[in-house]
Parts: sequence; structure tokens; C-alpha cells
Amino acid sequence: SRTKSDSGVPEVPVSADDTPEVLNKALSGLSSRWKNWWVRGILTLAMISFFFIIIYLGPMVLMMIVLCVQIKCFHEIITIGYSVYHSYHLPWFRTLSWYFLLCVNYFFYGETVTDYFFTLVQREEPLRILSKYHRFISFALYLTGFCMFVLSLVKKHYRLQFYMFGWTHVTLLIVVTQSHLIIHNLFEGMIWFIVPISCVICNDIMAYMFGFFFGRTPLIKLSPKKTWEGFIGGFFATVVFGILLSYVMSGYRFFVCPVEFNNDSNSFTVDCEPSELFQLQDYGLPPVLKSITGWTTVKLYPFQIHSIALSAFASIMGPFGGFFASGFKRAFKIKDFANTIPGHGGIMDRFDCQYLMATFVNVYIASFIRGPNPSKVIQQLLALRLDQQLHIFNSLKAHLTEKGLLPALEEAA
Amino acid sequence: TCKLRVRAYTPHASDAVLAFPGEGEGEMEGDSKADTPDVPPSTDNTPQCLNKALEGLSSRWKNWWIRGILSLTMIIGFFLIIYLGPIMLILVVMGVQIKCFHEIITIGYRVYHSYDLPWFRTLSWYFLICVNYFFYGETVADYFGALVQREEPLQFLVRYHRFISFALYLAGFCMFVLSLVKKHYRLQFYMFAWTHVTLLIVVTQSHLVIQNLFEGMIWFIVPISIVICNDIMAYLFGFFFGRTPLIKLSPKKTWEGFIGGFFATVVFSFFFAYLLSQYQYFVCPVEYNSETNRFAVECEPSNLFMIQEYTLPAVVQNAKTVNLYPFQIHSIALSTFASLIGPFGGFFASGFKRAFKIKDFADTIPGHGGIMDRFDCQYLMATFVHVYITSFIRGPNPSKVLQQLLVLQPEQQLSIFNTLRNHLGEKGMLPPAVEEAQ
Repeated sequence: SRTKSDSGVPEVPVSADDTPEVLNKALSGLSSRWKNWWVRGILTLAMISFFFIIIYLGPMVLMMIVLCVQIKCFHEIITIGYSVYHSYHLPWFRTLSWYFLLCVNYFFYGETVTDYFFTLVQREEPLRILSKYHRFISFALYLTGFCMFVLSLVKKHYRLQFYMFGWTHVTLLIVVTQSHLIIHNLFEGMIWFIVPISCVICNDIMAYMFGFFFGRTPLIKLSPKKTWEGFIGGFFATVVFGILLSYVMSGYRFFVCPVEFNNDSNSFTVDCEPSELFQLQDYGLPPVLKSITGWTTVKLYPFQIHSIALSAFASIMGPFGGFFASGFKRAFKIKDFANTIPGHGGIMDRFDCQYLMATFVNVYIASFIRGPNPSKVIQQLLALRLDQQLHIFNSLKAHLTEKGLLPALEEAA
Repeated sequence: TCKLRVRAYTPHASDAVLAFPGEGEGEMEGDSKADTPDVPPSTDNTPQCLNKALEGLSSRWKNWWIRGILSLTMIIGFFLIIYLGPIMLILVVMGVQIKCFHEIITIGYRVYHSYDLPWFRTLSWYFLICVNYFFYGETVADYFGALVQREEPLQFLVRYHRFISFALYLAGFCMFVLSLVKKHYRLQFYMFAWTHVTLLIVVTQSHLVIQNLFEGMIWFIVPISIVICNDIMAYLFGFFFGRTPLIKLSPKKTWEGFIGGFFATVVFSFFFAYLLSQYQYFVCPVEYNSETNRFAVECEPSNLFMIQEYTLPAVVQNAKTVNLYPFQIHSIALSTFASLIGPFGGFFASGFKRAFKIKDFADTIPGHGGIMDRFDCQYLMATFVHVYITSFIRGPNPSKVLQQLLVLQPEQQLSIFNTLRNHLGEKGMLPPAVEEAQ
């Protein structure tokens, strides 16, 4: 009958136990449940320490790590597709999937490089041509892959091949575009990278703790272990954590300044005059809080207000990303995306909530925080025709004179 | 014969078998789609009057005549809407997009027997509306800048456009997650992916078509005409001279048709571009006139559309010069693409139809199939033309640059002002009085 759509799928073989020997020995005395808890706990701590280390190492390393995570997530999802569709024997398909990954990455990194490394690109001749015709080159590369796909269609496997084509593209859409949004956020200031990720991690841990100690009412059929108590407790704990973390970070230039590429030293620098967002301001408290605490005003960074929005999103919407991934795993009858991290599953398992968050932060910055990038505007200006440039020049002069930034001059003809 | 199999599965590390209604799979049977029920044969959609008129002819000629008449009808329809102007064209593009989306989604439903899934039709159409809202909003903000600045609610919508679009999309995403039903997870994820891939293909490319249109109607008409011409020419050459098959995927295509079509199309586009380049109506960017609240196509034609002299290469005996529009050179590039790469779009669609065992996307046009059948080669072309324009023709949009300038911080504006002044001064564009005042 139509309702038993998943009944025929065989169980995926049990994951091999990937726990390192040393841990196994240390925990050999405990019962299986506590052992699992300890393994998860230790690995969680290890991952968080690793996170701090790479932050310390700076933007360049962060970008590399983001790229690696993206490649690993892509690999995990494609491997699931292969095992679901048993398409190991299809001609060319692995090659094509990785080729498309390269194409899309080339396109996105090219756009980023053109934006942020503008002067460097203008100096080197081959880079200049690559950047001027970047879209055309990327499109040509993609088309080559498309044509190879069409030529690789084999008579008896059409449907499988189309499925894998669709699977690859959806994966690219989810994984690659969002990892590039993360890098955009990073360039805006490391704080826009660290705070959202920390909020999601905190929400994960806090929801688990609250659920563990107080959990009673189930949240959604999709993930039977989640509870309303965990959800709400995690929400409040994350908001508080977000406010405190942003207070700590807003004081340091290393986190707050946009990442810039210094042409002379050929390295990344994070040095600037912190913008208004990161300067303490006085806020009047509403009467309710006034009576409780006895303060009239409180000194906050405006960024802390924004962090409330970020942590609210992380607590409320982030879990939907997790439910989506749970549904996906149930649909394809897999327990975890892969076995990379002992006790936790694959890289994708840890990052499933992060993706929605990265997109949200990017949209948030574009809508509420950042204006256009000045170097990009100059770039576009210089590409216009001369008469158009003159027209803009006059408009700009009129505008600036009005604002009193320019001494009154004779109008250009 | 439809075989219903009940199989005992022995789990095997490398042998995860997909069993899904209609997909009996196994390496033993060559065809992995053995159990898919056949899609019911298309109903004959030919209008009665045509049927009467062609009663006497044999079935093969009847089909040929129907296809011919419908082709002519479509081409006339095309000319008519061009005559009616840009707004009409935008509406038609939108109509075509919605119909293509509908056709592909309907195929997905049929393939997965998913009419029982809760919410899914609603969600697919909702996502279509979201993505269209996002794209049309970006276009409106770009081209209707002056109009938008006047109206207060529009200004708000434009400023937070991305955020609003994202919020709308998220609402759809959450509804999808909440609509997951225990026994139908896989089906629902398939349809989710099917919808998104369709949106990616159909909607983004129809918006590229509209962007091309705003650049100048000629950038809309010439590519579409070239693809149609290539279709017809390749068919005719194949009909009269066809002998060597081109690709296993489409057995009716031949190398003779392919090469003949290529040359015929390049020649056609060369002359067609010459014809159209003379009229301002086709050549000028479509602009929105704030005062009259209408679209206007009037301007000083750019260099591309002014006759220039080209010296023929020394191969030709008398070193003559020819008067050509530069646009005609570009049209050679466009027609080359349409003839060489465009067919791959057609092969992709053929492969798709064979994969899902359908003859045509739908029955909308008698003798031709669905709208998607006619437009499958057009989509790649639209993307190519858009990339071509942004890479080789058009610079950035000046009003958009000004818009961005005015949003920057005053110090940034001042620094850009100085850079620009130096640049223009170097080029000699500034009158001396201003230069002295520096």
C-alpha cells in the first residue's frame, strides 16, 4: 500500500566504533551509558578548545577551517547519496560532483577575492583579467560540467543519474553558499563569526542540560528526546549568555574590527577605530527594571542589543535546522551522517544548526548593519562611462556641499 | 507486466538497495525502473477545427501539418507581444515561468504518487511566490528607484527587502519541517528537493530573461529567435540531408542537421541583428519614466548600435571595408552558443523525459507538448546572454552606484569624491575652473 513508503529499505550497517583506544582504556570500568556520556563530554570540550585555538590563530586559519568543514560536509552528504542510490558504478559521477564543487567554490571565492583584495588584484595582470571576466569564466566552467553530465547519461541509469545530479546541486546550494556567507560574516568582524556560532553551541548544550534535569513534555515527534522545558530554558540561558559574551568581546579590537588585507605587508590586519556599535552607550532602563535594580541607566554596547536578536534566532529557529537534519536522517534511515567524531557522528551532525544561523546573520548584517562596501563602490564607479561618472560626480558634489563637507565651489559645467 | 516483488533483504555493507513504490531496483534487471507504472497516454488536445480540416490526410502528414500550423501560430504570437511592449513581455515571461513550474511539479507529483501528502502543493506554490517576491523586489528597487523613493511603504519594503524575503522563506521552511509525517519522510524530502531544483532552474533564469529585456528588447528578441531558428533549421537539414546520428539520447538528431543548423543560424542572426539594430524601439534600454508613470524606450543608441567600418581580413582579395553594427559581431557569438551548446539543454530535457518515462512535459500545445518542451533550450541561452552582457557589454548601473554612494558614511563619500575628482581631472573631463580650485 502507498503508506508504507519506507518499509523496504534495509538497515544501514551499524557504525564502526571510532573511539580512540586511549579513551576506551580510561573508561573501561564504567557502564555503557556513562561511558557514552563521558565520551561525548570529552569530545565536546576538545572541540570547544579547538575552536578557541583557531580563533587565536587568526582570520586566515579560520577561512581554511571553514573551507575544510565545507568540503567534509559535502563529502558526507554525497556519500549518503551514493549509498542510498547504490550509484558507485555510474560513470563519471564522483568526478562530476567534485568538479561542480570546485566550480561553485571558484565562483564564490573569486567574487570574495575581487571584493576584498581589490588593490592586489589590480596590480597583477593575470589576476586582473581573471577578475574582470570572472562570471563568464565561472559560467563556462559550469557549462563544461553540465555538458559532461549530458554526455555521460547511460541508457539504463537515467533516473539514477538525474537523482544524483539533483542531489549534488541541492547539497551545493545548502553547504557551499552558506559557508561563503560565513566567510562574509567573518570579514565583517570576527565577532560576527564567533558570537553566532557560540550561541548555537550554547543553545545546544543548555537545551540538553535543561532537558536532562527538568525535561518532561516532548517537543516534536521528529526528535523524541527534545522537550519544551529544554527549549524554553535553553532560550533564556542562550540570551543571557549572548549578552555576556558580546560584552566581553566588544572590548577587543581583534574581534570587532573588519578584517582587512594590508597591501604593504601582504597579510591580514584587524586594526581600526571601533564603530559606534562597539562603543559603550547609556541606555535608560524601563521603570520595571529600575525598581528591581535601583539603577537609572545602564552602560551597554549597542552590539549587545543585536546579540539578543541573534541568540533569539539561534534558540528558536536554529532547532528547526536540527529537526530538518533529523527528518533527513530518518528518511534515509541513517543514524548519523558519518563517524568522524566519536560520540557525535559526522561533521554535518555538529553543523546542521549552524547553517541557518549563518544565513540569518548575513541577512541581518546586510539589512541592519552594514552599508555598501566603499572599495566596491569605487570599483563600479571607475567602470562606468566617463559621462556617467561626471554626472555622478556632480550629484555627489551637490550632496556633500549641502552637508557642509565641501567648501562652496563653482558648479562644474 | 507489472511485477510486485517482496524481497528478503540481506544487509550488505555496500549494497543499500532502494525500494520505493514504483522502483524495483537490482543489478540483475537492467532497467532500474521496471515497476514504474506507465504514465497514461496524453489526451489529444488538438482543436476540433484543425482536426476537421486535416481529416483526409494520413496520420504522419497530419502530425506534420499540426506542428507546422502551431509553430506559425506561436511565432505570430511572439511578434504580437513584442509589438505590445515591455510590460506585456514581462507579464508573458511571468506566465511562462509559472506554467513551466507547474508542469515540472506535476510530473514530480505523478512520479511519486504524492497527492496524499499534507500541505505539499501549498508549500511548493508558497516557495514559488517567495522566490519571485525576492527577485522582483530586487528588480523593482533597481529600475524603479525614483518611484520607490516617493512612496513611504515602498521605501520600507525596499530597505529591508532581503530580510523580509528571508523571513518569508524561513516561514515556509518551518512549515515544511512541521509537516513531516512519519511514514512519508523520504517522499517529502524528495519533493522538497524537487521543488527547489525546479525553482533554481525555472525562476532564476526567467528573471535573467527579464534583466536582459531591460537592457534592450534586442537582447531578448535576438537570442530567442536564434534558438527557434536553430531548432527549425536543424530539423529541416536533418529531414532532407540527415544520415549520421548525433547522440544516443535523441535518436532523431543528426550531425548533418547539427552542422547545417549551425551555419544557417549564424547567417540568420547576422541579418536579423542588422535589421533590428536600426530601430530605437529595440535597441534602447527600457526605462521607467517617473513623470508619465510608464515605460519609455528612447535614447541615444550606444556605440554597439552605430554603424562602423570594419576592414575585411587580407584573405578576401579586394581589401574592402564593410559597414557593420558591432552588435552583429556579438550576434555571431550568441548564435554560435545557441547552435553548439543550446542543444545540450535539449538533450538534458530528453534525458529527463526518458528517466521519468514521459513523452512530453504536458499537453498544452497540440503537436508540441508542454510549454517546457518549447522552452528547454531557451533557459541555458538566457543565462548565457545575461553573463555575456555583464562580462562584455554593460557596466554597472549608474543610478544604483549613486544610490550606494549616498548611503555611505560622509568620510567615505569625501574620500571617494576626491578619488573621482582626480580620476576625472586626469581624463580632462573637468573644466579648468574646478581643477584650479583643488
